[in-house]
Amino acid sequence: MSQIFPKSSNIWSKASIVVVLGVVASLGAALPVLQRSDFVTTANKYKDQPVQFSHQHHVGGIGIDCRYCHTAVEVSSSAGIPPTKTCINCHSQIWSTSPYLEPVRASFRDDKPLKWWRVHDLPDFVYFNHSIHVKKGVGCETCHGRVDKMPLMRQQNSLQMEWCINCHRNPEKYVRPRSEVLTMGYQPAVAQEELGPQLVTEYKIQSLTNCSVCHR
Amino acid sequence: MSAEQLDLNAIRAKLQDASGPQYWRSLEAVAETPEFKEFLHREFPANASEFNDPVGRRNFLKLMSASLALAGVTGCTVQPEELIVPYVRQPEELVPGKPLFYATAMSLGGVATGLLVESHEGRPTKIEGNPDHPATRGGTDLFAQASVLTLYDPDRTSAITELGEIRPWNGFVAAMRGALSAQAASRGAGLRIVTETVNSPTLAAQIQQILAALPDAKWIQWEPTTRDHLRAGARLAFGSYVEPVYDFTKADVVLSLDADFLAAENAFGVKYARAFASRRRLDANPDRFSRLYVAEATPSVTGGRADHRVPMKASQVDAFARAVAAALGVTGIAGAAPAGTEAFVAAIAKDLAAHRGTSLVVAGEGQPPAVHAVAHAMNDLLGNAGQTVTYLPTAEAVASEQHAAMRQLVVDMNAGRVQALLMIGEANPVFTAPADWKFGDALKKVALRAHSGLFYDETAEQCQWHVPSTHYLEMWSDARSLDGTVSIVQPLLQPMNGGRSPHEVVATLSDRTERTGYDVVREYWMAHTAASAAVLTPAAPAAVTAPAEPMATSAVTFEKQWRRWLHDGYIDGSAFAASTVALAAGWNAGLAGVTAVPAFEVVFKRDASVYDGRFANNGWLQELPKPVTKLTWDNAALVGPGTAERLAVKNGDLLKVTHDGRTLDVPVWIDPGHALDAITIAVGYGRVRAGRVGSGVGVNTYALRGSTAPWFGAAEVAKTGGTYELVSTQDHWSIEGRNLVRSTNLEKYKANPAFAHEMEHMKLSDGLTLYPKWEYSGYSWGMAIDLNTCTGCNACVVACQSENNIPVVGKDQFGNGREMHWLRVDRYYSGDIDNPDTYYQPMPCQQCENAPCEMVCPVAATVHSAEGLNDMVYNRCVGTRYCSNNCPWKVRRFNFTLYQDWETPSLKMQRNPDVTVRSRGIMEKCTYCVQRINSARIDAKREDRDIRDGEVVTACEAACPSQAITFGNLNDPTSRVAKLKANPRNYSMLAELNTRPRTTYLAAVRNPNPALPSNPTVGGHAEAHDAASTESEH
Repeated sequence: MSQIFPKSSNIWSKASIVVVLGVVASLGAALPVLQRSDFVTTANKYKDQPVQFSHQHHVGGIGIDCRYCHTAVEVSSSAGIPPTKTCINCHSQIWSTSPYLEPVRASFRDDKPLKWWRVHDLPDFVYFNHSIHVKKGVGCETCHGRVDKMPLMRQQNSLQMEWCINCHRNPEKYVRPRSEVLTMGYQPAVAQEELGPQLVTEYKIQSLTNCSVCHR
Repeated sequence: MSAEQLDLNAIRAKLQDASGPQYWRSLEAVAETPEFKEFLHREFPANASEFNDPVGRRNFLKLMSASLALAGVTGCTVQPEELIVPYVRQPEELVPGKPLFYATAMSLGGVATGLLVESHEGRPTKIEGNPDHPATRGGTDLFAQASVLTLYDPDRTSAITELGEIRPWNGFVAAMRGALSAQAASRGAGLRIVTETVNSPTLAAQIQQILAALPDAKWIQWEPTTRDHLRAGARLAFGSYVEPVYDFTKADVVLSLDADFLAAENAFGVKYARAFASRRRLDANPDRFSRLYVAEATPSVTGGRADHRVPMKASQVDAFARAVAAALGVTGIAGAAPAGTEAFVAAIAKDLAAHRGTSLVVAGEGQPPAVHAVAHAMNDLLGNAGQTVTYLPTAEAVASEQHAAMRQLVVDMNAGRVQALLMIGEANPVFTAPADWKFGDALKKVALRAHSGLFYDETAEQCQWHVPSTHYLEMWSDARSLDGTVSIVQPLLQPMNGGRSPHEVVATLSDRTERTGYDVVREYWMAHTAASAAVLTPAAPAAVTAPAEPMATSAVTFEKQWRRWLHDGYIDGSAFAASTVALAAGWNAGLAGVTAVPAFEVVFKRDASVYDGRFANNGWLQELPKPVTKLTWDNAALVGPGTAERLAVKNGDLLKVTHDGRTLDVPVWIDPGHALDAITIAVGYGRVRAGRVGSGVGVNTYALRGSTAPWFGAAEVAKTGGTYELVSTQDHWSIEGRNLVRSTNLEKYKANPAFAHEMEHMKLSDGLTLYPKWEYSGYSWGMAIDLNTCTGCNACVVACQSENNIPVVGKDQFGNGREMHWLRVDRYYSGDIDNPDTYYQPMPCQQCENAPCEMVCPVAATVHSAEGLNDMVYNRCVGTRYCSNNCPWKVRRFNFTLYQDWETPSLKMQRNPDVTVRSRGIMEKCTYCVQRINSARIDAKREDRDIRDGEVVTACEAACPSQAITFGNLNDPTSRVAKLKANPRNYSMLAELNTRPRTTYLAAVRNPNPALPSNPTVGGHAEAHDAASTESEH
């Protein structure tokens, strides 16, 4: 009786081991990359908003304070999305007939809210609080990026837990003086290695990494 | 539930044996039935952890293929895109993410409770007590806590209908106007208005205005469980309807004659529970500890706190009361005490007489007027009037004897004298009126029948017109509390279902139909503040004095005042002043003869969960284990062990109860301590048109309850042979171990305040652990629960459910031991099964220092926090359930299926946005309300300070009417909780396990009369062991 497998199958069986190992290894390498990719985190993705609102123009160009629109950022968990009334404050006077702003005027006229797609969307089991981060010297820019250079809003960072924890474990690397929280393009006056620990002590910043700080 | 008849004699013998259990949860526990052992040894009872529900082959394949398909992809779900919907014009005071609190009031049974309601962007989510309200001072009951769920009940009606056809509001107004003009000629002789007990001065004034225009029309106030006897008793004694209001803070000795004054379902229970607790706290002076005697048939919440509880038939309480009165020397009262109670009568009379001016006799609402009159006479004789009891005008604007008025209505309807009938509120007379009146049949003889209520209930079904009513959180109104304090009821949201408030419905019968509730209430108060003082205390007894502050008149000042009232939640100075009333001459001449005692008696009670049936569609309340029996989702015929023995019935056997020619089959539940030869059945169950939750749950006791004996009467019972499955949690989560609750009497406490420590199973030295010690540099949270003041009322359980988005699981799941309540109240008995002492032990997560749960979680989903909490991380949990298997307290709950309703839109609005809504396959447990801790920490840090003591109040602590729960920072030696932990009564459960719980208990102390026999208190178990030994026998 002849052999079932010809001698050449030896090479195939050896190759298959290598191939399987190779696939496992490349999956092992690829999955973490995929998991952190913009595809999964939805970072740097633009969404179709009802109005093509430009932070670049309003923040970078005109220089409106963040808190003019995001009024609750210092007192509440939510920074607050401005009501239509806030837009109309200016746009009843300027660009009051611009067709781009018709949805805003319609909202105000008909008492129907504008519906924006959420750009920075944390999972529902995460409880983030803007006010305490602002109070402890975390700049808007640290999480949201250079919004003064974003014609349309996008999510700059992954917003994954790994990214949050990075700062919660090492706040001294990211903290800035309270006076600079709203600054876009902030550069520390002295080296961050020196300033960071100093601010951490001054602002009594705790490295809070307990689960229940954010999950409850 | 026991499958076999329990041998009660064996149980009695076991309890008398010194080695028997000192504290026990149920007769089954003492008998150590196989079923009980299952509960004890297993993490979850059988069926809870297995999927034993019948599944067909087809379904099985479907499920398997679905789970296979989903198994790989669940980790890859892409977050759904979400919308942000900002305001168009944002209200000035509203900050997104910050809840607002509005003061308002809820009325139940004609008594208001002052509330603060938490609102998230316009959605009321949680009810809290109003700490400023002079009557209730921040306490709430389970009904108030659960009322927010009724607001979002998807079964509430949403359209005005006439014979099932949707009609506009104008159509209803036209119908009412038509009826009114038809009645004008006959001065309203054919018009009747039925309401609940009206404690709203405005609504009463509105109705009285209509009656003034149509003098022959009639207004009937109707509560199915009316307080008529209390009213009639006061009239008998004093000649007028005065409300006796008790001050338990001044009472050294209290005698309750079948009065369950601590219970939430009784008027002013919240206030009384707090006042009573203040004398049971043992803080500074143990001599201030009060003593409570209770004579009652059905074991009640109040009976559970009694130092001496004398079980007797409800009909015997009359003779008992007269015997005490005779022994005290009340003139014109004579009577022999019921057999076997002579010693109690003598001792109680002696004790009362020794505390003149600081004693108190309270008669129950179910007792006949004579008992109330005798109680008034005793208080009068003892000099208690003006001290421990004050007499006030009634909270309802027009006090009446409702039973008689309703009876007259039925007679009138049957005689064809009623042409138009408007029924407002949740009293539901078709369902609740005495069975022998056949209200439903009589109602059909009325030409125009209109109903306004939250639900299309049994009464609505019999009416042509139905108008959806507003929930109290949706309307403008006003409401008076039992002490007279008026609160303005302000809405937190627009009526969700286009409902109309009673003010608007009643206004359709006036000339100005267009007025909104807001207009009506404002107009009333504007007119009445202008007319000043007298108004605040309308109509009633002359002896009422004016409020301290005269009211201003101008519109500007009114506006200012109005805003203050809305802000504070009550009208300052509106409380009644005590009136001096004297016993009417010859009051005792009008006394009826002593109540006849039937051979076998049936007692009717309000239900501890669904009240009179109006809360039947509230899942939180239906699922709540009742304080004493721990039954859920049902009512039952409660019998004492002796009666059960004689009838040869066990739990779940059906009894045919015959009362006054009517019969009803009711399942039996054995209730240790129940009077012999008597059964108790709660009303409010057996609703047919309650809604998706409450319809068809339990048996309809109203079908048995007649007009001759609304509270108790003669009955016959017979075993039918059938059985019914009752679900009780009394053995769920049974804990293995000794001395879980600890108690002693006052004398022994004085001799040895640290008695609880001597009951330790064995003593452990402090540092006994292999694990490194946790260091807490900041806060270290802890809780102390006083077993002395806890009444077992369940307000905390509902508050927890409301705060923490805890789902309702239903009777079947509950029966399988899959309940989700994070906080449960364990009830323990000690002593004789025919009259045991009762203890309540609220069981939240113990938040152990050396937590057994943390050590076994394979995915670190439960971990220790830097502030001492055992954090539960839902997003990490994979559902191995090792943690609950390793929890000696059995406080962890597992989502066996998707219990949370993720579909119904209105229910989503109730959810607390600060707490994750859990899905299936997730373990959950009490978090010490970590969302409240975080919120307080952030607030404190924003203001650069530490969290103050009392700033973090857990939901259970906030709701507790008797302030038995204290939460705070253990690292702060001046905090309230740290002081309580230093109290000698403070002990940890199962200290021998060395898990070092952060939740500890203050042992109970009772104050029995040394002259009377009581349950002997057994000494500590530690005596049996060498105290220093760490050797374990297990």
